[in-house]
Amino acid sequence: MSALCPECEATITLTNVMQGEIVVCPDCGVDLEVTAVEPAVALALAPQEAEDWGE
Amino acid sequence: MKVGVLFSRVRVEEKWLFEALDKRGVAYDKLDDREVTFTLDNPGPWAEYDVVLERSISYGRGLYACKVLNAWGIPTVNTASVADTCGDKLWTSAALHKAGVPQPQLKVAFTPESAITAMEELGYPVVLKPVIGSWGRLVSKINDRDAAEAVLEHRESLGNYQQNIFYIQQYVRKPGRDIRAFVVGDRTICAIYRSSAHWITNTARGGKGSVCPVTPELDAICRKAAQAVGGGVLAIDVLEDPERGLIVLEVNHTMEFHTTVPTTGVDIPGMIIDYTLDVGRHKSEFRQVYHPVPHEFGDEPDAA
Repeated sequence: MSALCPECEATITLTNVMQGEIVVCPDCGVDLEVTAVEPAVALALAPQEAEDWGE
Repeated sequence: MKVGVLFSRVRVEEKWLFEALDKRGVAYDKLDDREVTFTLDNPGPWAEYDVVLERSISYGRGLYACKVLNAWGIPTVNTASVADTCGDKLWTSAALHKAGVPQPQLKVAFTPESAITAMEELGYPVVLKPVIGSWGRLVSKINDRDAAEAVLEHRESLGNYQQNIFYIQQYVRKPGRDIRAFVVGDRTICAIYRSSAHWITNTARGGKGSVCPVTPELDAICRKAAQAVGGGVLAIDVLEDPERGLIVLEVNHTMEFHTTVPTTGVDIPGMIIDYTLDVGRHKSEFRQVYHPVPHEFGDEPDAA
């Protein structure tokens, strides 16, 4: 499976990912969220860390 | 048995938890906290769940989801009262104090002037923390009055009223590491040392993990700390104080464990799922046994 990075348009090859998973673009380093896996993998910029995020 | 897993992001922890559910053949739904809604007078599809495992990265979303679910009699891991307690460092400290769990000396102040007084009574260095926050954000080690005045001025300018609740801890001269221990139910299942040359040893900030033996002393203080906040699936941060021995720094209620699993080889996600399923099996008793925190703290209803 492959998809384009929405930030730098690099082609990213992905295996065994699930919706909601965060991946890092190997070209530009941005955090991306897998927003769909069927019928094709789709990527979007991951949500920014918020003030109340944490363990 | 049907389980809901509430999450913000599918991190490696959530992938492991889903795998553990799959391995056990349990029916479950993945519930993205950006998409869920609650209708207070009609639980609707939420009523199908025997238990909801709360894995939100957002403290607020996780907390309020659990409050609604618990109010409907749907058990959560952890409960809303545990999230309420652990998400607020001052509330955690109050719970630990009530239970007699040793912790760093603590002072609280509400103005920069009284905060300076409190810091000088404790003696520098001190550590100033936001009452709500994680991953070591905005945690400051303050070595002298000049630094205190600068940090407090910055804090005041942040705008959020919580930044003006000054939670001031004695700085503990730990031996370049702290301990992260994991409690599931009534067991301390494993622990790691988190070592760093920096005084913040959080693995989210670069601390390195190595196996820490669960000694009877560590097990006892961790179980006591877990019980103090209400129990469940918890990660206890413990410091080795050169003078006082083991003391508890904080208790985390939606912990990460991507460092601990490969370091210790302990199946933390499997144990979390087994605990969650056990909670789900007792759904019918939840409404009887669950009480909000003020009652656990011994507060009496307003008699006025």
